[in-house]
Amino acid sequence: MSPGSPRWLGPVMLLPAIVYVIGLVGVPFVLSFFYALGDVKVGSVGWHFVGLANFRSVLENPTFRHALSNSFVFTISSQILVLVGANVLALTLKDAFRGRRFLRFLILLPWVAPVSIGSIGWKWILDSLYSVINWVLVRLHLVKPLDVPMWLGQPTLAMISVILVHTWHIMPFATVILLAGWTAIPKDIPEAAAVDGAGYFRTLFQITLPMLLPIVNVALLFGIIFTFTDMTVVYILTRGGPYDTTQVLPSLAFFTGILGSDLAEGAAISLFLVPLLAAVAWLMLRTARRAEVT
Amino acid sequence: MAVVETRGLTKVFARGQVGAVLGVDLLSREGEFLVLLGPSGSGKTTLLRMIAGLEEPTSGEIRIGGVVVNALSPRERRIAMVFQSYALYPHLTVLGNIVFPLKAQGMPASEREKKAQWASGLLGIGHLLGRKPRELSGGERQRVALARAIVREPSVFLLDEPLSNLDAKLRASAREEIEQFQKKIGTTTIYVTHDQIEAMAMGDRIAVMNHGKVRQIGTPSEVYDDPADTFVATFLGSPPMNLVEIDGAVVGFRPEHLRPAGSAPSGGPSMSLRFRLGHEEYLGSERILYGTLGGGRFEGQKAVARLPSTHGRRLAPDEVAEFEISMRDLKFFDRASGTRSSPVPLS
Repeated sequence: MSPGSPRWLGPVMLLPAIVYVIGLVGVPFVLSFFYALGDVKVGSVGWHFVGLANFRSVLENPTFRHALSNSFVFTISSQILVLVGANVLALTLKDAFRGRRFLRFLILLPWVAPVSIGSIGWKWILDSLYSVINWVLVRLHLVKPLDVPMWLGQPTLAMISVILVHTWHIMPFATVILLAGWTAIPKDIPEAAAVDGAGYFRTLFQITLPMLLPIVNVALLFGIIFTFTDMTVVYILTRGGPYDTTQVLPSLAFFTGILGSDLAEGAAISLFLVPLLAAVAWLMLRTARRAEVT
Repeated sequence: MAVVETRGLTKVFARGQVGAVLGVDLLSREGEFLVLLGPSGSGKTTLLRMIAGLEEPTSGEIRIGGVVVNALSPRERRIAMVFQSYALYPHLTVLGNIVFPLKAQGMPASEREKKAQWASGLLGIGHLLGRKPRELSGGERQRVALARAIVREPSVFLLDEPLSNLDAKLRASAREEIEQFQKKIGTTTIYVTHDQIEAMAMGDRIAVMNHGKVRQIGTPSEVYDDPADTFVATFLGSPPMNLVEIDGAVVGFRPEHLRPAGSAPSGGPSMSLRFRLGHEEYLGSERILYGTLGGGRFEGQKAVARLPSTHGRRLAPDEVAEFEISMRDLKFFDRASGTRSSPVPLS
């Protein structure tokens, strides 16, 4: 701090951020612990400690168990798709070619567009009556007009749709991170590998990808957190349906706690993954720090 | 081992001509240490990269061991290259770096181990095999890069300013080492540098490049003593050759050849002139004298002289003394083209 600046200036400048984090993250987080350990419903007054009763109750609920396994399926499969896809995109966009800026802009679009708008678009694309995909499939005589796939109406197809739309949504972010990683690798290194006699795949898998690993980890861990905690795509596309088969934990928590008025159980559901996510966040910070050092 | 040849090798870039190569004909000799010397942007690195197969020529031919290699990938050319940055693989250990080219060849592990031992022993880095590149000093990294380059016994060895990342003291010893090392393995080597001392000290022959063209190729003493044109004359030597314009001709002489009268080695005719000292630089072992010539056709021309510090009496500023130059140390250049011309009468 320079000698002339008042002592209080630093704390004052930090205050908005601190208020914001405490007010919008800290308080609800602590509150949800209280809810999860009590018997709160929307409109109820008072709070009685019930211990882990809420957690026991949700664990016995088959819908919850299904949502729990869905959360993992949703996260793991979308992250695999994102990593492969984002790497391919980053590799394509790394080298200069005509129209690269435009293509970069297009690829970034799903990320900057509000997820709700994107998902509504997809809802129509996958609609049972108006689906353009089905229209194309019918025109190509790949499916019969009266036997089109119900993208959001059949449990497996619905899950696949949700995963693909979510992948579409977060892929740009991973692409940008990986692109930065690829650009940071000095041009000399792949050239040295070429002179050393390595072909494309040997260079990719033994030299450049291992060098990229810390950055990949950052992208992956961010992606895991975004995916585990996100409910927008599920909420807009399927509302967890058909018959709760695409429900994930965040959407189930919302349906139970907010729409179903059972705040206590909703809180219990949403807190269920906190230990896991905390571990992921810790890993993420560690990896990010290590990526800085090397 | 092989001879490298380029015929009319040209590379032009869409954006400007910095680093372009314009019709270079070059023929190395078997096992030779050939230095490409030139200022930055002269095209020497581009030329090297084309030989390596990292840059595609616009036109012209590259032959290695008599075979046209234009269409071959770097790996098929059997060359090894040391990059200016060394380009070590940061996530691999020193051993991992050295055996990487062998792995790419599909050599069995036991043989790889043996080769790596040999190469690391040759460069004295056997104790570093388990380390990562970031744990090494600049000099050690450079040795690892060299070991990685020689381990598969390439037919041609390409080095792109491998000493420029070392500090001055280390550079001198590394220069010596690389030279000795090349003599030991006897592989045809092409070495790019902008440092004339490196070029003079290491090269069997030097190809001096400027603006994408080879201006002269010859042994260090040929390019220094008999420069083909005024560019070579002034690029080599520090301070550079004095160039004095006389009646449409350019006369050149090295600063060390302009000496106080009577101190020139006897034999051969010499020319006397006056030298008025402007200022002097003392460099320890020698003194650089900046001044003005007087007498006859040289009246009023600026010139630089270089004298050993051990030499006689020092001049005071503005003092005028008698100097002389051996006639055989005078080089004549055409004023328009800058190339060497026949001597013109000076008296």
